[in-house]
Amino acid sequence: MKRFALLIAISTAQPVLAESNLPPAYWSNRELPNAKQEAQAEALMEQLRCLVCQGQSIADSDAELAGDMRDLVRRRIAAGEKPSAIRGWLIQRYGSWISYRPTDEPAAWPLWLARVALLLAGAWLIRRRVRLKARG
Amino acid sequence: MSRGLRLIPIVLLVWLVIGLASQMVERSVPQFALAPAVNSKPGLNSADLVSGQPRLVNIFASWCVPCIGEAPVLAELRRRGVSIDGIAVRDTPNALNAFLARNGDAFERIGSDRQSEVQIAFGSSGVPETFLIDGKGVIRRQYIGPLNASNIPGMVRELEQAR
Repeated sequence: MKRFALLIAISTAQPVLAESNLPPAYWSNRELPNAKQEAQAEALMEQLRCLVCQGQSIADSDAELAGDMRDLVRRRIAAGEKPSAIRGWLIQRYGSWISYRPTDEPAAWPLWLARVALLLAGAWLIRRRVRLKARG
Repeated sequence: MSRGLRLIPIVLLVWLVIGLASQMVERSVPQFALAPAVNSKPGLNSADLVSGQPRLVNIFASWCVPCIGEAPVLAELRRRGVSIDGIAVRDTPNALNAFLARNGDAFERIGSDRQSEVQIAFGSSGVPETFLIDGKGVIRRQYIGPLNASNIPGMVRELEQAR
């Protein structure tokens, strides 16, 4: 139990946020001139998890690492790379945890199964009610 | 509710938590080439990490407070003959020189990663982090957060095994 508590503590610990010595990366807070590319970049940035401020996407975060990741996304999209390829590149490094879009990996199966299970539970409840009413 | 069922949320949580470390462990170092971060040392590129000898890559910054704490540990590893290269994240030569003068300098090379690009390519999400790389350039281990003296024996052993 002690080990488990330690595991939780380590995994949820927040790094100390410090300001670096450099200004934000060029594309971190600047829109791409091509509107279609910017829309693609924004859609992807909203689905990528900020690594140092859990619970936010890199589109929402002021953290420097999130700014550098926005710069990376915009530069790659401007260079013609597909959003799915950029997402894949990041998942290869950080695991599917970095993407807010659920994957079809085994880790996400309970998530997909939950929909079916909830639907079945709902159907069962309705059926029981209808039966009780019919009887009463 | 049975005991088994009550454990399900805990099992799910552990399952999710395990996924947080870099997925680059057991893979080759990413392709990169970084300019020198200070005048006195060469920069760093991927070929430098395929050296036939296991080595460490320390991702750090002069603006990172915990990095001060691990500097003596890096110095001790260096004294024991471990090769250490640095990747300085979002840093300037002046600030780095001051940091190295004050806290010691265990690095053979230091590459300047001005936009965290190589840090991201390594799957690292903060400073400091240390990667253990084998002679073939494969990442064998990631140490998240500042190293401390108790890490030294284990690291020396793992470096030996990574030969």
